[in-house]
Order: sequence, then structure tokens, then C-alpha cells
Amino acid sequence: MHPDLRFQNALTVATVASATLALSWRLCIFIGLLAVLMSGCATPPPADDPEAVADFKQTNDPLEPTNRVFYAINNGLDTVILRPAAKAYRFVVPTPVRTGVHNVLGNLGSPVQLSNDVLQGKPRRAGDTTMRFLINTTAGVLGVFDVATGWGYPNHDTDFGLTLANWGVPDGPFLFLPVLGPSNPRDAVGFGTDIALDPFTWVGKGTAVTAMKWTRFALNTLDTRERYLDPIDQIKKTALDPYATFRSLYHQHREGEIEALRKDNRATVPVWFPQPPASLAPQAR
Amino acid sequence: MINRRAFLVLSTALLLPLLPGLSGRALAQAAGDRAAAFVKTHADSIVSAMKGAGTPEEKRRILGPIIDASIDVDGVARFCLGRFWRSASPDQQKRYVALFHQVLIGSITSKLGEYQDVRVTVGRSQPRDDTQVVTTTLERPNNPPTTVDWIVTDAATNPKVIDVIAEGTSLRLTQRSDYAAYLTHNNSDVDALIKAMSQQLAQPKS
Repeated sequence: MHPDLRFQNALTVATVASATLALSWRLCIFIGLLAVLMSGCATPPPADDPEAVADFKQTNDPLEPTNRVFYAINNGLDTVILRPAAKAYRFVVPTPVRTGVHNVLGNLGSPVQLSNDVLQGKPRRAGDTTMRFLINTTAGVLGVFDVATGWGYPNHDTDFGLTLANWGVPDGPFLFLPVLGPSNPRDAVGFGTDIALDPFTWVGKGTAVTAMKWTRFALNTLDTRERYLDPIDQIKKTALDPYATFRSLYHQHREGEIEALRKDNRATVPVWFPQPPASLAPQAR
Repeated sequence: MINRRAFLVLSTALLLPLLPGLSGRALAQAAGDRAAAFVKTHADSIVSAMKGAGTPEEKRRILGPIIDASIDVDGVARFCLGRFWRSASPDQQKRYVALFHQVLIGSITSKLGEYQDVRVTVGRSQPRDDTQVVTTTLERPNNPPTTVDWIVTDAATNPKVIDVIAEGTSLRLTQRSDYAAYLTHNNSDVDALIKAMSQQLAQPKS
């Protein structure tokens, strides 16, 4: 039992490698085809063992053999490239600078965040995102300092996978994607849509812009991986089956995010207007 | 007089159905308060044990009894083995539960350094099924605050923690899926699991 499993949402691994996909999409399609060709399917347990069948259904991982192959590949790449890079980043760059980088990256993600808040029909979240962007871009010096949290506009994570979930789209079977990590069809579609929703995907041309986009991608990857160095190390050390542990954590973490999103129905009554009773305005977690 | 009596009867008749509701709510409230107080007490003692002086070995010795008193370790162990519990022999069950105690204490004490300066704020408590869910916030320097829910069973008589949900992820569910996956790939052999667990424990502590 790890008292600190919160950090261990394997989602990070996914986000980390996200931009790599944009780069090497041809390679990914190739690997994807390869996967389909050799697609091993998990053998369901015999039907006369109802508990085993229930477990199998709950795990929701019919492509497990293929998924495990990609887990092994990703894990290898992580061990030789990403993890050492994240360790170096932690060693070389002092904490305040890393925090600043993290804040800037978060601020650059505001447009996608806002689009999703609106598509989810969550006015308070959209308001938080807008205020955070306005405050942190100005008072926070281009997003380096997160002033907005202290002023009552907390951050929240969101993405198009959550938007789809909020619309009632089911997640589908568990997938461990090459480079991207743990996912499912819904979240994979969400990932692609988030790239399309990002204005930075579409604006600008030229070497300078391309260089900036790449810098942003590289920093995003490093920042995310650095934040999960300890929890991921811990899981790999203590879990008997790290793949299964990441799978479970990914699923639980997403379910938790979806539940928090659904429950976030804070009212949008202006402060100078009579407030609705607390029972009508459930607080966001 | 008749009017007055009629009024009394009527009002009693009207109020009576409310009584169980009221007392039920009051009871639930009390159970919630007890669960919250229980979590507060034990969280405080664990935090002070972590902060206290002494070698990790001494801290481990202090924490052992606190963990046994506050967590239903046997119950959690049974839960984590899931459907394989019943297929295990009594001897396997005994060895497994004993190992599970060590694994749990080991994983809590391995976090000693990380949680040296933790601050725990106990929030509200609400009933869920037969249990009470006590919400707390853990704050550590240089880390965003973490929401941790403690699932307390038997709040009235013999409260024990049966699960910890950190930011939406349940520790016992995660552990169970780990063991289940391991067992599925090892012919549902509980001895293989016990062997793997003791190997994990024998690993050098970092």
C-alpha cells in the first residue's frame, strides 16, 4: 500500500510523450499496423468460473498481450532516455526555476483548457481558467508566477477525453499506446482533439516558431516526467506487476477526474446577488 | 379541553414519524464525528511518530502498533487477495496475512522522509454504505495539497480504517489488481505470490 499513490497516475507518462507523437506519426502508424497484425488477444477465463470472468470484465483489457508488448517498449525507452533526462533536469535546474517553467507551460495550455471547460458546460471552471490566464499572464509576468491560485482561482486539469466522458461517451477497452502510454479509445481521441483545439498548433510559420513549439514540447515532457520520478520509481520497485498497477491507477484516476468534473456544479451567482443555499451549490472537490 | 387533546394527539401523530428520522440523522452525525475524531487522533500520532527523533528502525517499531490499532490489516489483506482468498489453504492464508502486515508497515515507513513535514487537516465526514468517509487534506512544503479520503468501518464500536483513497485512487483496489494480475500469470498459485512478496520485502531499502 503506497500512501502516496496520487502521484502515480500513469497518465503522466502519457502526457510526457505526447508531443513525440506529433513528430513521429508515421512511425506510430507503422507500429500501430504492426500491433494489429500481431494483435494477441487475452484469453478469457473459462465460463464456469464466474468470479474469474467478472475479474476479466472489470479489468477491461482484452488486448492485454499486445498492450504488454508496448508497455515493455515504452518502459525501455523511458529507462534509457526519458528518466535520465528528467533526473538531469532535476539535478541541473533549481526548484524555483522548474516551478516557473511549470507555471508558464500551464498558462500556455489555458486555451485548450478553456475550450474544454466550455464544451463541458462548466461555467465556473471556464471562469477560473479565464481569470487564471488573465491574472497570471499580467500580474504573474507571462505566467511565470501562479498568482491566481492565491487570489481564489484554483487550477484544474481537464482534456477532451474528460469532455467526451462528460457527454456520456464510454471509455472502451484499456490501451497501452506506443510512446503515449496508458489510454483507451476515448482518451486517445481526446488527445488528438486537444492538439487540434490548441491555437498554437495552427498559428505561425518559420524557424523561430517551430523552434519555440519544439522547446515547449521538450520542456513539457521533461517537466511532467520530473514530477513523477519518485512515484513511478516507487511503483516499479514495489509492485509485483507494474503493468497491472499502472493500468489500475490510470483507470481509477480517470474515473476520479470524471466524478469530480460531474460534481462540480458550483453556481455562477455574482457575489452582490443573494446566494443560493449551500445545499443547492455543491462545492467542487 | 377536547380541542386541546385533539391538538396534542394530532401533533404527536404528525411529529412521531419525524422522530426516527431525527434520531437517525443525529446518530449518523455522531458516527461521522466519531470517525473524523478517530482519523484525527491516529493521523496525529502517526505524524508525530514520523517527525520524532530516532532512527528509521525505532520509528518502525513505534509505528507498528499504531498501524495495527488504526487499520484493519487482516481485513485489507483478505480484500487484496480477492477471490484467491478462498482457494488458499489456511496455512497459506496465515503466511500471506503475516507478510501483508510487513509489506504495509514497510511501505508506510519507506515514506518517512517524504512525509517529515506533512500537515494533516481533517475535513468533513459522510456516510457511504456501511462506512464513513473522512476527507482530509495533506499539505507538504513544495507540493500541491493532496485530498485523501479515509474509509472508516464500524465507526460506532470499533473503528478501523479499511481503505485510503488518495486523489481518487484507492490503495486497496490498486493493491488487489496488482496481486490479481500476478496470480493470473502464475497459475493462481498463492505460494508464488507469497514468495514474490517476501522477495520484495528482502530488497534493500533505499
